[in-house]
Amino acid sequence: MVIISREEVEHVAWLARLELTEEEKEAYTHQLNAILDFMQQLNELDTTNVEPMAHVLPLVNVLREDEVKPGLPHEEALAGAPDQDRGQFRVPKIV
Amino acid sequence: MDLLFRPAHELHRLLRRREVGARELAEAFLARLDAVEDKVKAFVTVTRKLALEQAAAIEVRLARGEELSPLAGLPLALKDNLCTRGLRTTCSSRMLAEWVPPYSATVVERLAEAGMVLVGKTNMDEFAMGSSTENSAFFPTRNPWDLERVPGGSSGGSAAAVAAGEVVYALGSDTGGSIRQPASFCGVVGLKPTYGLVSRYGLVAFASSLDQIGPLTRDVTDCALVLQAIAGHDPRDSTSAPVPVPDYVAALGDGRLAGLKIGVPKEYFPPGIEPGVRQAVERALGYLEEAGARCEETSLPHTPYALPAYYLVAPAEASSNLARYDGVQYGYRTEAEDLRQMYRRTRRLGFGAEVKRRIMLGTYALSAGYYDAYYLKALKVRRLIKEDFDRAFGRFAVLVTPTSPTVAFRLGEKIADPLAMYLSDLFTIPVNMAGLPGLSVPCGFSNGLPVGLQIIGPPFSEALLLRVGYAVEQAAGCAGRWPALEVGSDG
Repeated sequence: MVIISREEVEHVAWLARLELTEEEKEAYTHQLNAILDFMQQLNELDTTNVEPMAHVLPLVNVLREDEVKPGLPHEEALAGAPDQDRGQFRVPKIV
Repeated sequence: MDLLFRPAHELHRLLRRREVGARELAEAFLARLDAVEDKVKAFVTVTRKLALEQAAAIEVRLARGEELSPLAGLPLALKDNLCTRGLRTTCSSRMLAEWVPPYSATVVERLAEAGMVLVGKTNMDEFAMGSSTENSAFFPTRNPWDLERVPGGSSGGSAAAVAAGEVVYALGSDTGGSIRQPASFCGVVGLKPTYGLVSRYGLVAFASSLDQIGPLTRDVTDCALVLQAIAGHDPRDSTSAPVPVPDYVAALGDGRLAGLKIGVPKEYFPPGIEPGVRQAVERALGYLEEAGARCEETSLPHTPYALPAYYLVAPAEASSNLARYDGVQYGYRTEAEDLRQMYRRTRRLGFGAEVKRRIMLGTYALSAGYYDAYYLKALKVRRLIKEDFDRAFGRFAVLVTPTSPTVAFRLGEKIADPLAMYLSDLFTIPVNMAGLPGLSVPCGFSNGLPVGLQIIGPPFSEALLLRVGYAVEQAAGCAGRWPALEVGSDG
């Protein structure tokens, strides 16, 4: 059964900003179909009235006082950047 | 004096009585590392100079007659997804191969305050995605019990380093079994704490609703000591639970479990389980009964659905968490003519096959048209899995299961078949989905390879899990048995 087509794999890769080689497109189409086929067993369960659980802890809106504290210094924030210029991250042209 | 393979609580006593010095201790473990590391390959980075400096600082404190905390001066390793300020933290990925964090994880700060002697950062499956440490972008780690076999994963380097005697203890992280399964494969104790007990601040995120940091140790007492040092509320992690931390060592008890009700869920003994694993676990049930506990079969009917639900939830969260690796703020970049091309090429070359597979799976599960069918469905099943556990803990204090359906498998055996690899975490994944604590304790051997017993409890029941684990350890007699790792006279 084909659950995800090669075209869909290409679309998902685009959404995820992943460049894939032709071999990877082929391999992921095959593997994702096998994995998603395995997931179909979840449909055996009737979950109509089940509340989805995104998180196990009953914590909501953890608040703190809005106080000024020292943050990461500018130079340290830039220290790991692949490219920087005059205190800013530099990227290839956008438009 | 032979110092290797002694538990932390013994080494602490030797240090305190001045029968051994902190420098002597660090040198002994570094010499062991020199002798075995070529074979085991547990470390991505060895911090020899730092370890000796930290040991020297402990020497000074000892000479002044200061009281030392129980872990002070004991050589340890950290999984390489725990941020260490000024020391590269790679997640065993090309993406972060040269990355030096500007801050340390809360657990690292706490261990530093306790007198840390850091030997190095350990190898792992890239971004903690895997069950064998073969997904490291650098090299696979090998199991000290049999160098042709995997140490498990994703905290395989941490488990192997402890088993090989290269460190006294290590920290790992566990999203679907990544502490417990390698602990089981390498014959060490491994604990995944309750979600929220240990701060995740400075742990490179994989799946934020499932990740927890925990100890890998030589015995259950050491596990209690390390947990004591790292547990507790942290305002820098908004999912850190504001709960009191008990005295875990005091709770270990005397190996007696009079009247304790233990559930044995039948779904964790499927027909495909390795016979030697089943036998070792059944023997462990006998030890528990002899200690005074009452073991009774029970059922967690939604267990088979935990694995498919996990492989939607975890990749969905991962695809979101790993969106930050775009070649702009830190990490690897491949130059390209425009920004989008730079993003796409950087991510193609920076990530390995399994990471990309999970980003694809997670992006698909979250994408328009499939969100309800996959991601939302998985979250609903997640609740059913948690409710199974809630019901079971109405009748039983703890549950016991095998940690993994098999002992350590061979390198290369499952790497080409993602689904077969995923099945290795069949018994550990439900625990993360429900946010519960799980402890893996060595309980025997199958064909000369270690078998782990998993003990699962309600939220924040770590003290009880450790008490049960301690009873198993006393009866099973596995503690003190370590791999031979033939080391030639030439070193």
